[in-house]
Amino acid sequence: MDDLYRELILDHYQHPHNHGEIPGADISYEDSNPLCGDKIRIDIKLQGNVVADVRFNGKGCAISQASASMLTDELIGKSLDDIKKMDKQYILDLLGIPLGPTRIKCALLPLKVIKAGVYGITAWPDDDEE
Amino acid sequence: MPINGLYVSAIREDFPILQQIVHGKPLVYLDSAATSQKPEAVIRAMDTYYRTSNANIHRGVYQLAEQATEQYEGARKRIQRFINAKSPREVIFTRNATEAINLVAYSWGRANVRAGDEVVSTVLEHHANIVPWQLLTQEKGARLTYIGADEQGRLREEEIEARITARTKLVAVTMASNVAGTLTPIQSIIARAHAVGAVVVVDAAQAVPHMPVDVQALDCDFLAFSGHKMLGPFVGVLYGKRTWLDKMEPFLGGGDMIREVHLEYSKWNDLPWKFEAGTPAIAEAIGLGAAVDYLTALGMENVRAHEREMTAYALNQLRAIEGIRILGPLDADQRGGVVAFSIPEAHPHDVAQILDHEGICVRGGHHCAMPLHEYYGIAATTRASFYVYNIPEEVDKLVETLAKVRQIFKG
Repeated sequence: MDDLYRELILDHYQHPHNHGEIPGADISYEDSNPLCGDKIRIDIKLQGNVVADVRFNGKGCAISQASASMLTDELIGKSLDDIKKMDKQYILDLLGIPLGPTRIKCALLPLKVIKAGVYGITAWPDDDEE
Repeated sequence: MPINGLYVSAIREDFPILQQIVHGKPLVYLDSAATSQKPEAVIRAMDTYYRTSNANIHRGVYQLAEQATEQYEGARKRIQRFINAKSPREVIFTRNATEAINLVAYSWGRANVRAGDEVVSTVLEHHANIVPWQLLTQEKGARLTYIGADEQGRLREEEIEARITARTKLVAVTMASNVAGTLTPIQSIIARAHAVGAVVVVDAAQAVPHMPVDVQALDCDFLAFSGHKMLGPFVGVLYGKRTWLDKMEPFLGGGDMIREVHLEYSKWNDLPWKFEAGTPAIAEAIGLGAAVDYLTALGMENVRAHEREMTAYALNQLRAIEGIRILGPLDADQRGGVVAFSIPEAHPHDVAQILDHEGICVRGGHHCAMPLHEYYGIAATTRASFYVYNIPEEVDKLVETLAKVRQIFKG
């Protein structure tokens, strides 16, 4: 339990980074997790091929919101090609917590939203493994 | 000592799964609204069927097949008596309550609902009693309207009158909400619907397992429920008035639902088999028969009294938590054994996860009732639900652990 709700996760949940919206964003996308109703919207401002700014908005559990907060931190300065390479393991390494098959969907929702927004890839990042 | 007529400590011993240790803690199962646990008698009935009588039904002339048929049809008769249907022909086995409702929407709905007609449901419904009606009304160009609820999750009397009108063809309503717990004024809704010539489909998935239900006294046209929520295995039941079922076209086509099949046409079997295409869930139906026997022996009045007591206790303990929001009526007389709540500190998913580590099983999410959560402006709730095997000490554990959750999340 202490592993799952370690301080870093709770801190990102309670004080999310990059929270909000970008008026006139280049990429905006929103999706939800049908299992639990967690919802995430992500706005991205580009400079050429590179993420100049990113904001997210949403409601959901500590895992999905902390994942969005931590992932958006990583996105700034990354190219769209870098984003395409991000996978399930990338998110798991970022969060650094053990996640069961149900909660992993919460953790992966922000990446799913970003990939759908950037590339129109709407599959769950772990779909190929199921 | 019996409490409200139930020897709960003896009942608990009938459920092998409850003896389990989870994460080093005794299992506290508070998710019976999702599915109930199964007593030894039900597990044994299915086991015995597979060991001694397994054969396909309605066909074979050998002894095994006759035994299987007799047991399957015997289960139907037990269920008929349990809900006081006039005839076993009015009891149809389905995959689950969802399929039972879909059967009505497909078969009765497509033949009787036309453009401009109205179907009335309520904001309390499970998705299973909303989506089939959306599909039907969209296909037919009919209109789907909803009876609203007050801040305690009680249907608004004036809207019952206002929504159910001469334009209404069908009313689809829950008897007990799976989230707010509300016991709806089912009798007056049915009376109102019949007064305007509409038929009534009752979602009784949270009612038949928990209280006496008499379909003739209710005078409902259709009533759907789930075996697995009433100590039985995964099988559903549709009750329908024979006058309707006789006139309805089949839902699924195939074996067993026919009298004759020719290359050009077919003739349908008698009730209830007209609606049971293909080999049904034989062992599960037999298991449900055993569950009905078990519940009958306990007495459904006693089951209701025990759950009322558990719910009153839970409401009382939970209300003491600062900032908690409890959905549904605050009076246990007006609700079933389901308590959904939210606490400001933590998302229900996180609450459920931390409770799991204490061996406590609850549900976190929207419980297949997104419209109800939207209606009350909450994304999700944590739900504890009770059944014959639950004891007040389990509510205490829930409340203690919620204090722990708040401790972790107070930031």
